[in-house]
Amino acid sequence: MERDRLLDTAQRLTHLQRLEAESIFIMREVVAECDKPVMLYSIGKDSSVMLHLAMKAFYPAKPPFPVLHVDTTWKFREMIAFREEVTARLGLDLIVHTNADGVRQGINPFNHGLSIYTNVMKTEGLRQALDRHGFDAALGGARRDEEKSRAKERIFSFRSRHHRWDPKNQRPEPWKLYNTRKNKGESIRVFPLSNWTEFDIWQYISLEKIPVVPLYFAKERPVVRRDGMLIMVDDERLPLRPGERPEMRKVRFRTLGCYPLTGAIESDADTLPAILQEMVRARNSERQGRMIDRDGMGSMERKKLEGYF
Amino acid sequence: MSGDTSELDAYLRAQEKKDLLRLITCGSVDDGKSTLIGRLLYEGKMLLDDQLDSLKAESARVGTQAGDLDLALLVDGLAAEREQGITIDVAYRFFATDKRKFIVADTPGHEQYTRNMATGASTADLAIILADAHRSSELLTQTRRHSYICSMLGIRHIVLAVNKMDLVQYDQAVFEAYVARYMAFAKELGLTQVECIPISALRGDNVISPSRHMSWYRGPALLPYLETVEFGRESSMRPLRMPVQWVNRPNADFRGFAGTIASGTVRTSDRIKVLPSGQEATISRIVTQDGDLEAAVDSQAVTLVLDREIDVSRGDVVCAAGSPVSIADQFAVRILWMAPEALLPGRTYLMKAGTVTTQATVTALKHKISINTLEHIAAKTLRLNEIGLCNISLDRPIAFEPYAESRDLGSFILIDRITNQTIGMGLIDFALRRASNIHWQNLEVSRSARAAQKNQKAAVIWFTGLSGSGKSTIASALEKRLYSLGRHTYVLDGDNVRHGLNRDLGFTDADRIENIRRVAEVARLMVDAGLLVIVSFISPFRSEREAARNLMGEGEFLEVFVDAPLDVCEARDPKGLYKKARRQQLMNFTGIGSAYEAPEHPDAHLDTARLSVEEAVDKVLNLLEAKGLTSA
Repeated sequence: MERDRLLDTAQRLTHLQRLEAESIFIMREVVAECDKPVMLYSIGKDSSVMLHLAMKAFYPAKPPFPVLHVDTTWKFREMIAFREEVTARLGLDLIVHTNADGVRQGINPFNHGLSIYTNVMKTEGLRQALDRHGFDAALGGARRDEEKSRAKERIFSFRSRHHRWDPKNQRPEPWKLYNTRKNKGESIRVFPLSNWTEFDIWQYISLEKIPVVPLYFAKERPVVRRDGMLIMVDDERLPLRPGERPEMRKVRFRTLGCYPLTGAIESDADTLPAILQEMVRARNSERQGRMIDRDGMGSMERKKLEGYF
Repeated sequence: MSGDTSELDAYLRAQEKKDLLRLITCGSVDDGKSTLIGRLLYEGKMLLDDQLDSLKAESARVGTQAGDLDLALLVDGLAAEREQGITIDVAYRFFATDKRKFIVADTPGHEQYTRNMATGASTADLAIILADAHRSSELLTQTRRHSYICSMLGIRHIVLAVNKMDLVQYDQAVFEAYVARYMAFAKELGLTQVECIPISALRGDNVISPSRHMSWYRGPALLPYLETVEFGRESSMRPLRMPVQWVNRPNADFRGFAGTIASGTVRTSDRIKVLPSGQEATISRIVTQDGDLEAAVDSQAVTLVLDREIDVSRGDVVCAAGSPVSIADQFAVRILWMAPEALLPGRTYLMKAGTVTTQATVTALKHKISINTLEHIAAKTLRLNEIGLCNISLDRPIAFEPYAESRDLGSFILIDRITNQTIGMGLIDFALRRASNIHWQNLEVSRSARAAQKNQKAAVIWFTGLSGSGKSTIASALEKRLYSLGRHTYVLDGDNVRHGLNRDLGFTDADRIENIRRVAEVARLMVDAGLLVIVSFISPFRSEREAARNLMGEGEFLEVFVDAPLDVCEARDPKGLYKKARRQQLMNFTGIGSAYEAPEHPDAHLDTARLSVEEAVDKVLNLLEAKGLTSA
């Protein structure tokens, strides 16, 4: 089938086959050397690819680790439905964690400001979940082409007892000799998709026919225009500002997160080839639709210092 | 739309066929590495609108180009880097042209970040070495250092990009003089494939297309060269090697060996040999989730099933039966040291090579290498970013290939056993055959027989603590009590060891390590002989005490921390050493000129500021009793 197309006649691996093999190697290294790994599953396209690679890496065994979703309670409804469907179909051990303190305090993206909301519901929620289960390695789907501080991060990225990243003191990581040693309480974030680009991800999804959340495909959806972004009215909790009225537009998402913080783009791309075609002609990067990255220069780096991802 | 679709389809197919060139950019600080990468991304239309907008905003705020676009800001990703205008860590950038995909590692120029440069170089197929035409009267140290590291790491293709040609009025003579100087050095390094290109990253000359300002230059511009250079990966032509990464046993019916093929091709019904054990078998299946394969080639991640049950575990290497790899436990290696604390011969580190992790000791540091002159310089230690030739000895044999033949099986990292930091990277040059000449004599009288004859169990009781903390006093009192209980004992301390066996050693860190290594080895022989050995040495470093513990069997090593505050020890000063140290007549004295690393989890902790000698001895005896060492 498609695999024949991946392997060219000279028996030399193609670009995507190399990336696939590299990611599988990284995941196997985690399982062989770490005591209690977990895979962070954000339900997006990168997580879908990472999960697909994990199924390959350990076949015929199931991936020997649970998948963890940190649920802020503000995810798109279609994401949650997709999460349930995928983990049931693949027979995976799913852990869903929500920061109960944050819920009790009623922390939301509207009244508390972006950085407090992100810090409490995402960063703090993730730290709670990792500490509660005592995970010593967490696989994440971040890519180096996403953002400048990620371009500098190791594949095996060490975290202190307090989940802090020290960008100026990263372990050297030559060849593919990953150092997984750590003391009790310390942990490692591992990024098997480090060397993939957004285009590689979509191309691979297309070749391997990997299911993704339907929100990536264009459809008529109710949106409001807010702060230069198109925000989808996914449920009745979105407080409308004076003068705002939801209207139906044909939109899709390049990246998925909390619905009040994720901008849609107007698009007619309702198939994978159309998405790829749109990307070839794209003039904006995918993180443009992320409000979280906008609160100042180096904001991703600051969040990572605090233990976000 | 249908025309569009088939056009897109053709485009995507072309994308799939592209291969991947991994390259690094290196050179001294201010040679313009980040600017060059920014220029490639910018001119290659690889920048998207929002990235350009944010670049414009940042250029205005912190740029160095007086408000013009500062392309270097595209790659300097950490806040500290943008503020200081320097590159600290490797950044990976991705771009594609119609012909190829590229991963670029942008590496730092400052000497203190050389280890990050080497990290970027270790996975590269090609290196761009940037030089500044404006400062071209000699080869800068960093240019030499980076070229040396590229040659050591086996990067075959070098592009010498002589940058800032605009600052020397695009003068051909400047370019050629520099090229002659560089090529002489490259020849010494054995770098044969060097392409020299005059460029201006800032102005865009000879980066994407030929420059109008340098018609005298007839060679290719940089990007066209990168798109077409032939870079060989001949590893598929070599015999099969696959380091076993993970044993896959989902149920009793399936046992597969997961790994990535390092070289060669594997086919079903191939005969293979597993090293170091040497057992042979035949490949019955090559399993992937996409179906079983008939064959798999180097770089593929697969799971192999064998036709019979043989003992295979992580760290073993599956080889073609007809041409297996060698095994050895002593090697001549080159090490690039990456830690602020110096490499010390005699100290034991962890070594990860392929998928195997062992303990490794540097047995001899033969010399370090001067980057400027390539001379060999005698050395006792290796400091941060220094490169040295060493002999290392492992605690067990491993399957390997020299680095010149296999990057995967000939490379390693060294890890500090206490801090877990990656402190060195190295390559195996060749195995030392001496290992096979020393065979342990299998004596018929065993160690347990010797201890049983004395009606006791043997062990080491290791006293560590500052000078004046009371080690010798307590050790001697303890020995008397054990003697009266009918135990066979011996005390090793500074007085009976430093004056004889270790007379040749001083008090530098390296000598202290050797001192403790010898004491530990003697203690081990005495445990073999069936004795209760009391060792009383300051032994200031955790790492060496840990090494001593690892020499003994399980339960045969008890660490006793003889603890008194420095001021108490100094007040006691039984040998007058603190006074001398304070008068600077004694260098490297523990607690004053040299560090003491207290045990984190000692088996016994004696606070001698509070306990009497007898109370301290009782506490140790209680410990020995709890461990079953005082009874027969």
